[in-house]
Amino acid sequence: MEMDKLGVVTTFIHNIVVYNIPLLYGTVGEIVVEKSGSLNLGVEGIMAVGAIFGYIVGCYTNSMLVGILTAFAMGALMGLLFAALTVSLQANQNITGLTLTTFGLGVYFFVGNAIKAVAWPAMSDYSSIKNGFADIAIPGLSQIPVIGKGLFSHNILVYLGVVIALCMWYYLNRTNPGLRLRAVGENPGSADSVGINVKRVKYLHICLGCGIMGIGGYYMGLNMSGSFNSACWINGYGWIAVALVIFANWNPTMAILGTFVFGFFNTLRVSGSSLAVAFPEALGWLAKVPTQLYQALPFIITAIVLVVTSVRKREGSGLPAALGLNYFREER
Amino acid sequence: MPEQYAIEMRGITKRFGTKVLANDNINLNLRQGEILSLLGENGSGKTTLMNMLSGIYAPDAGQILVDGKPVSITSPEDAKRLGIGMVHQHFKLVDVFSAADNIWMGREKSGFGLNRRRYDEIEAMAKKFGFDIDPRKKVCNMAVSEKQTLEIIKVLYYGAKIIILDEPTAVLTVQEIEKLFAVLRRMKQEGHSIIIITHKLNEVMDISDRVAILRKGQYITTVNTADTNEQELTEWMVGRKIDLNIARPVVEKTRPLLEIRDLTIKNDEGATAIDKVNFYIRGGEILGVAGIAGCGQKELCEAIAGLRPIQSGLMIHKGDNIVGLPPKAILEKGISMSFIPEDRLGMGLAPSLSITDNMILKNYADAKGLFVDRKTGRADAQRIIEELEVVTPSTETPVRRLSGGNVQKVLLGREIKAGPNVIVTAYPVRGLDINSSYAIYDILNQQKQDGVGILFVGEDLDVMLALCDKIMVLCHGKVMGVVHAHKTTKEELGLMMTGALDLTDKYEDKPAGIARDTNITQEQLKAAQEEGEN
Repeated sequence: MEMDKLGVVTTFIHNIVVYNIPLLYGTVGEIVVEKSGSLNLGVEGIMAVGAIFGYIVGCYTNSMLVGILTAFAMGALMGLLFAALTVSLQANQNITGLTLTTFGLGVYFFVGNAIKAVAWPAMSDYSSIKNGFADIAIPGLSQIPVIGKGLFSHNILVYLGVVIALCMWYYLNRTNPGLRLRAVGENPGSADSVGINVKRVKYLHICLGCGIMGIGGYYMGLNMSGSFNSACWINGYGWIAVALVIFANWNPTMAILGTFVFGFFNTLRVSGSSLAVAFPEALGWLAKVPTQLYQALPFIITAIVLVVTSVRKREGSGLPAALGLNYFREER
Repeated sequence: MPEQYAIEMRGITKRFGTKVLANDNINLNLRQGEILSLLGENGSGKTTLMNMLSGIYAPDAGQILVDGKPVSITSPEDAKRLGIGMVHQHFKLVDVFSAADNIWMGREKSGFGLNRRRYDEIEAMAKKFGFDIDPRKKVCNMAVSEKQTLEIIKVLYYGAKIIILDEPTAVLTVQEIEKLFAVLRRMKQEGHSIIIITHKLNEVMDISDRVAILRKGQYITTVNTADTNEQELTEWMVGRKIDLNIARPVVEKTRPLLEIRDLTIKNDEGATAIDKVNFYIRGGEILGVAGIAGCGQKELCEAIAGLRPIQSGLMIHKGDNIVGLPPKAILEKGISMSFIPEDRLGMGLAPSLSITDNMILKNYADAKGLFVDRKTGRADAQRIIEELEVVTPSTETPVRRLSGGNVQKVLLGREIKAGPNVIVTAYPVRGLDINSSYAIYDILNQQKQDGVGILFVGEDLDVMLALCDKIMVLCHGKVMGVVHAHKTTKEELGLMMTGALDLTDKYEDKPAGIARDTNITQEQLKAAQEEGEN
């Protein structure tokens, strides 16, 4: 009986990771984009485009690697569109981002429905995709009681997401290209004046960040076992990622923590009742909380985080000073 | 063989849009190892011309030669490669970066990993050039002069042989300017060629070997500094003879109109902006407020106008406490404020409204009935245009279409129209050319002769010394003393501005900033003290 209860906890932790790691992809991708001074509100659409193309091409080639690369490429292509509009043509970033969301969701359903009309590839038919998405236990760590199986026995894309987040942290803070990227996001005028190619830096990192988002979208498709219906796989996660960037204070490692916190509440909504059943004395009250509250919690937390971060002094904030502003050298 | 110049600009023309001709067929030479002053009024095209050397703008026509060879400069990268470095007026620094990172970010071939020893390398390099900086200090924690030093180190680090400085002295105190000039002279000796943009004549005479003059986008001439004088330079710069003396009429003073006691104000960040300040203004005098930018001038003006709450202290106008009164009530008492912010249009006027509408803005509430009284507004606008010689096509022209001097005349004119007894004016000649500046001084002097008390927050110490009766010096929100303008010197003011000299206890029998014939009653003082203790 005792073991069973701990099993519920393990499953709960496992679910936090499995269902919410796309948030990490979206957040880290958006951090990279925003660090270049571009506010991209198109995360939802970009993830959707990455998802649909990644899934279909991945299945057709029966290769998860091709799926990942396709998702990245399609996300980056969306980023290229965003960069062309905002960096070269100086379009308003907010509106361009919102347009990309609408556009991306449109592409998602257009392509998805077109394929479905012919023959929808079911994930179970493609062995290397199915096996590629299977959990891999990390030797040693996964043996830790309760949390081992919850945290260290996951599919390859979970590990990849964490690795990308850590790499991006290192890239931003410990490398010369990262320093130049931050300079562009903080003050493109000064970056330009010391000979940094502002346009190139922006293009590169918008595409890189959007590509990372695309992989996150692909993950969501795989996690839904590729069942295509009237609801989009991304399901609002792109928007939460935009908020998580602020929660993470533009720090990719903090994004891992942010994903956990948001994921915790997300999972509470879905499997809070199983906790209540397993621990009737301590957590029985969970069953009585209306699910609407759980649904609202991530957004309530976002609102609180927004208030806290706006109070925080400028120096500790990772907010790029030139975020959302287009740069035009000859502006007077 | 013709002389080989460090830089030769031939027939440079630059337009913005179709209307603005910023530079018209300009020829400019910079000799090897000289300091050349580029002199001209605001809007004469000095910065535009230099930005074409630094790669910010590309010329529409003309040719640039560096060391005798024709070059094309299409980006700051090109300029850097050619050994041209520019210290911009608005510093191009990343606030949240350390000094070292600001330099490091522009380094070429720096590899992938960020070198941990960059701090040591930058510090050693700065020492080599004779500068002492803390490479780990973040720019946002630096004083203005430190930022400027960092900018100079930056261009030196990138190997600049030709250094352009855009109005480097505008933000510095007298002592800091001397230090900067010493640095420039040393760089000159080491073989650097320097262009310094300025519109201050005394600095031109002091630092430069030659002077090039621009006027309204046209090249006028280049002369040896030794062969000219301030009067001649002014005539070239303005285009006609002008009297450089500012009048200071002596007027009989009234009892204190506005008295400030122990005033403490916080700024937007919650830090103390004005710290226990005492001063008073009499009718018929101009009290200057000097200080480095951002040492509480803005907060002080806003507090007097009722736009900013105060922490503690008294503000007594003709015996009545105005602390806590709404801005409108303060206005009705005859205290008017005109603040010219750095962008010049931010405060006081609505840029896209016409002159008439801007007049109406101030007194629309007095009009009877439901509808806006345009007739009076238009008449007011017409009167100001005539009296102050505002150059405008009509009363209905949007304010932002006027030139800076005319905008400022409209603003001051509107404030004066209401017949105030106290005028608080901050930077009224900010960014104005000599002609317009003198028009503004005349307006202020006229008001002073009519018995108005004027608080003049200024930037240019020479002007303040000539125009003001007394000057109060602020340093980090504290008063360093109130001195008589005809008894003090620029050097003394400079020392006070940096906090090196405190003259508040100069007169033992009279505490600084407290009038002998004060209107403040003991009850008011006591009430304020009790409030301060709570």
